[in-house]
Amino acid sequence: MIPAEFDYVAPTTVDDAVRALADAGDEAKILAGGQSLIPVLRMRLAAPTKLIDLGKVTELQGVREDGGALVIGAMTTHYDVVRDPLIAEHAKLIGMATSTVADPQVRHRGTFGGSLAHADPAGDLAAPALALDVEMVVHGMDGRRTIPASEFFVDYFTTALRPGELLTEVRVPKYTGWHAHYEKFNRVAQAWSIVGVAAAVQVEGHTITQARVGLTNMSSVPVRASGVERALVGQEATPEAIKAAAQHAVEGTMPVADGNADAAYREHLAKVLTSRAVTAACG
Amino acid sequence: MTTAAEPGQEVGKGRLRKEDARLITGRTRWTDNISLPGMLHMAVLRSPMAHARITNIDPSEARQMPGVLAVVTGADLADKQGSLPCAWPIAEDMKSPDAPSMAVNQVNFAGEVVAAVVARSAAEAADALEGIDVDYDELPVVLDLEQAIADGADLVHPDLGTNKSATWIFDSAEAGTGGPVDEAIASAEVTVERTFRQQRLIPAFMEPRSVVVDPTGEQVTMWSATQIPHILRLMLAMTLGVPEHKVRVIAPDVGGGFGGKLQVTPEEVITFLLAQQLGRPVKYTETRSESLASAHHGRDQLQKLTIAARRDGTVTGLKVELLADMGAYLRLVTPGVPILGAFMYNAIYKIPAYHFACTNVFTTKTPTDAYRGAGRPEATFAIERMMDELANELGMDPLDVREMNWIKHEEFPYTTVSTLTYDSGNYEAATARAKELFDYDGLRREQAERRQRGDTVQLGIGISTFTEMCGLAPSRVLGSLSYGAGGWEYGAIRMLPTGKVEVITGSSAHGQGHETAWSQIVADKLGVPFEDIEVLHGDTQSSPRGMDTYGSRSLTVGAMAVLSAADKVIEKAKPIAAHMMECSPDDLEFANGTFTVRGTDTSTGIADVALAVFAAHDLPDGVEPSLDSDATFDPENFSFPHGTHLCAAEADTETGQVRLRAYVAVDDVGKVVNPLIVEGQVHGGLVQGIAQALFEEAVYDESGTLMTGTLADYLVPSAADMPSFTTDRTETPSTTNALGVKGVGEAGTIASTPAVVNAIVDAIRHMGVNDVEMPCTPMRVWQAIQGGAQSAAGPGAEPGGGMGSLDAEGGAR
Repeated sequence: MIPAEFDYVAPTTVDDAVRALADAGDEAKILAGGQSLIPVLRMRLAAPTKLIDLGKVTELQGVREDGGALVIGAMTTHYDVVRDPLIAEHAKLIGMATSTVADPQVRHRGTFGGSLAHADPAGDLAAPALALDVEMVVHGMDGRRTIPASEFFVDYFTTALRPGELLTEVRVPKYTGWHAHYEKFNRVAQAWSIVGVAAAVQVEGHTITQARVGLTNMSSVPVRASGVERALVGQEATPEAIKAAAQHAVEGTMPVADGNADAAYREHLAKVLTSRAVTAACG
Repeated sequence: MTTAAEPGQEVGKGRLRKEDARLITGRTRWTDNISLPGMLHMAVLRSPMAHARITNIDPSEARQMPGVLAVVTGADLADKQGSLPCAWPIAEDMKSPDAPSMAVNQVNFAGEVVAAVVARSAAEAADALEGIDVDYDELPVVLDLEQAIADGADLVHPDLGTNKSATWIFDSAEAGTGGPVDEAIASAEVTVERTFRQQRLIPAFMEPRSVVVDPTGEQVTMWSATQIPHILRLMLAMTLGVPEHKVRVIAPDVGGGFGGKLQVTPEEVITFLLAQQLGRPVKYTETRSESLASAHHGRDQLQKLTIAARRDGTVTGLKVELLADMGAYLRLVTPGVPILGAFMYNAIYKIPAYHFACTNVFTTKTPTDAYRGAGRPEATFAIERMMDELANELGMDPLDVREMNWIKHEEFPYTTVSTLTYDSGNYEAATARAKELFDYDGLRREQAERRQRGDTVQLGIGISTFTEMCGLAPSRVLGSLSYGAGGWEYGAIRMLPTGKVEVITGSSAHGQGHETAWSQIVADKLGVPFEDIEVLHGDTQSSPRGMDTYGSRSLTVGAMAVLSAADKVIEKAKPIAAHMMECSPDDLEFANGTFTVRGTDTSTGIADVALAVFAAHDLPDGVEPSLDSDATFDPENFSFPHGTHLCAAEADTETGQVRLRAYVAVDDVGKVVNPLIVEGQVHGGLVQGIAQALFEEAVYDESGTLMTGTLADYLVPSAADMPSFTTDRTETPSTTNALGVKGVGEAGTIASTPAVVNAIVDAIRHMGVNDVEMPCTPMRVWQAIQGGAQSAAGPGAEPGGGMGSLDAEGGAR
C-alpha cells in the first residue's frame, strides 16, 4: 500500500493554490482531506505526479453568512459542518446528511468541498446540495465563476470543474425554518449509501407548502426528485399523501446494480426511503 | 457475570490483561515493526487471472529500477521451493496438486504469486512490480461447486483428471453407533430437506501477515505473524530441506489470526529463499488487499441435509451431504476442515441414525482453510437451522423440539452417534437461564401482536442450542483421522533465583491473553504473586516444543501442560525444603507458596528454596540444583463447551433491513480462569458469527476475480452495527481435565450464526419464507419476502402453514 512517487505542495492561499494547479497541469490532484484520494493513491488506481494540499489554505475553512446565503468554505471539515450553528439554523439538511458520512475519523479529516468535487454517486452531500440549489464557487487562472448544483455533477466522479479550477466555496441559500431529514440506507455504519434521500419541507399548519428532495446513488449523478416535490406541495402532511407522492421518486433515475442492490430493489428503496425522509422531515 | 474468586486466589478473577497496553498502543514487537541492519524489502506480483498459463515473464525492466537487488520468477525458484505442505490427507486416494509458493507455469487463482522483487526500500520494491511484464494464456475458470464435479467440467488441475479431491464418509450403521439413515428417512413420519450455502468468508485479522527472515547467523531466524511458530519451523524444514536445527522461528506479538494465520504461507517460503539467496535480512508485509485476495479463506460449502422425525418431534435420523470448496490448492489443513464438522451435525441431540458424506472440490479460487470454528460453525448452523425447520413442519415451538431430543443432564457422559463422548453438559440449565434473560415468552407475545396488526417491522426469535468439540486434540484421535501430527502441548517452569517465575508455553498467543491467564493459573499453583510471573511463548528457542494455538486448545491443553510442569516444580522443591527445615519430605504441606512442617509453624517459602537451589551450597545428596521442570500434556478427550443463544431480530419488511434487537448468550465453558477474557472471547465470537449471518461474503465475479477486495466491500461490522449483548454463564466443569475448563475461543462464532438466521426466518416465515441465504442482506430479505408473498404455492403452502412456530393467533401450537 505504497503510492507511486509524487511531488507535494501545500499552498496557504487560494491564489497560490490556483497557480500551483496551473503550473502542474493535468498531472496534479487536489488533496482536500484525502479520505477518498489517499486510498486511491495507495492502491495505485491513480498516480498523479503532484499533490496540491489545500489543508493550509485557511481562507477555505469555516462557514459564514453572506446576506441571504451561507457560504461554506470548501475545506470545512465534515465535523465542523455538523456542529456549525449557522448550518443548523439555515441549512439543517446539509448538517444532517453530513452527520451520516462515513465514521468519526473520516468526518474529522474529510471536507465538504472535497466530497462534492469527488462526485461519488454514493456520497451523501451531493443530493442535499442539489435539492437546496446551492452554488459552487470556483477559482481558476481566469478568475472566479459560479456553477449551479444542477450543472455541477456531470457523471460518475466527474464535475463541471474545468482543468485548472478549484472548488473554493459553496453558497447555500438560507432555508431558515424549513424541516429536513436525510434518510441513509446502508449495510454497516461506515459504509456508503445504497440509496439516500435528502428532504427539506416547509409546513404551514398541516400543509406542505414547499418541498425539496434529492436522491443519492440513484444514478451516476445525484437526482432531484422533482416529481415528488410537485406531488407534495399543497398536500396535507399525512402518511398516505406522502407515500403517494413518494411513488414519483423513481422518475428520472437510472440506478445501477451492484453487490448490495439491483436496479429494481434500488427503485423500491427510493420510494420507501423518500416516504420516510419526508415523513421524518414533517415531524 | 463475574465469578467471585476467593481472596488471594487468582483463578476466577477478572484481571485486566497484562499484554493489553502494549498490544493496543502498538508499541510492541509486531513483525512489521522489526527493523534489522541491512534489511531489504520484498514485494510480490500476483496474478490478476484466476486460471491461466504463464506464457512469458519479462522482469528485465524491473531489474533496472532504482534500489532493486533481485527479481525472481517461478522458474528461478522451481527447483528450490518444494510444495507447500498439506498435513491432513483425509483419504488414501486424496488428490492433492503440487502447491508451489510461486507459480511456475500456471496460475490457479487470482492473487497467486508469480514474481517477487527485493529492493532497498519497500517503496522501491512496490515500484518495481510495475516493471515486470507477464503474458498469460487464459484457461476456463472453475467457480461453481456443483458444476465443478459435473461430467465434462473444466478442470482446475487437468493432470489430476478431476476436480474432486476426496470424499469422506461416516455412516452410523457401518460404525456400529446407530442405525442406517436411509431406513430412518424411508420410515419417517416427517422429513425435512434443506440445502444451505455456507458462503465464503475471509478471516480479516487486524494485523496483516508479515515476515522477516534473517539469514546472517548460524541459524536462519524467521519472525512471522503466525499462529504456529513450531509447526512452521518443522514445515520449513520438511518443505525446503533445510535442517530443522538451523531454523529458528519467532512469532512475536501477533495481531489476531482466527485460523487465518494457521498456515505455512507462500510468502514465508519466498522470503526465506530470497533472504538466503541474498545473504541479508528481508522483510515482507502484505497489504490489506493482498491479504483479502490471497490469504486463505474460510467456510464455502454447499450443505444438503435431510432430517427424519416422528410427528411428536423425536428425531430419528440425519443425513448430511456436503460439497466443500478447497479453492485451488490444499493448504495446511484444508481438506480436514469440513471433516471436523462431521462430528458436530448431531450436536446436542440423540440421533439414532446418521450419515455424513463430504466431497472436497477444487475451484479456481483462493484456497480455503481453518477459520474460527473450522467445520464446526458450518455443522452447527445446519443442524440448528434444521431444528427450526423441523419445528415449523411439526407446528411445535422450536425450543420444545430441541428439548425433546437433547441429551439430558443426567445422561452424561454420553457417547454420540458420531463416536464422541461428551464428558459433561447441562443444556437444561443454560436454556432456562437464557429464556429468563431474554424474556422469551414476552417476546413471543410481542411477535404475535406485531403479526396481528401487520406491522411493517416484524419480530423473529432465533435459537441456537449449540455445542462444539474443541481443545484439539487427543493425539490418538488425530491419528485415526490421518492428521499429520499429534495434539499434545508443552509447558515448562523456570524458577529464577529471586523467586520470580518464567512460564514457557508451546501455545502461541495472538491476542487471546495467555500471558494473563497462565500467570493466574501458575500464581495459584506455586503461590507466587501474579506480577512475579512472565510467560514466554512463540519462539522456538525459548519454547522449544509446541503445537501452537488454534481450535480453542490453549487452555484445555496448553495450560494443562503448564500446570503439570508446576506440579513437578513443587515435587522437586519438596525434598530441598525438607532438607532446609531438617524434616522428612513426608511431613511437609505445600500451600500458598509455602512449605510447612505439618503441625508446626516452621515453614519456608518456595522463593527461599529457589535461592537455595541457585546457591546449591547445601542440597540433599543426589538432588540436582534445579527446580525447573517441563511437561507435555496429551488430552484424553476433546472439550465440549455448550450454550443457549437467543436472538431477537426485527425485519423491516418494506426494506428488508434486519436489526438485532436483543441477543442473549448463556455459555457453559466449565470453570473460568478469567471471566473478563471469557467475556471478550464471547463478544468477539458473537460479532464474527453475526457477521457471517448478516454482512460478510467473499464474492467472485464470473472471471474469478474477488469483488470484495477491500474492507469497503468486504463488510466487517463494527460495534455500531451490533446490539448490546447480554451474556451469562452456567458452569458445568469438564471432567476431562484437572482445571475443569473448556475452550471458549470459537464458541461465540459457532453459536451465533444460526441464532441470527433463525430469527430472521422466524420474523418473516408467515410471509412465505423458509430460508434466506447468507449473508442476509437487506436485498435478499426483501426479495425473499417478495418471492414468498407472490408464490401462492410457495413455502407458505407447505405443512405447518409457513407460520413458523406460531399459528395465526400467535399462540404456540
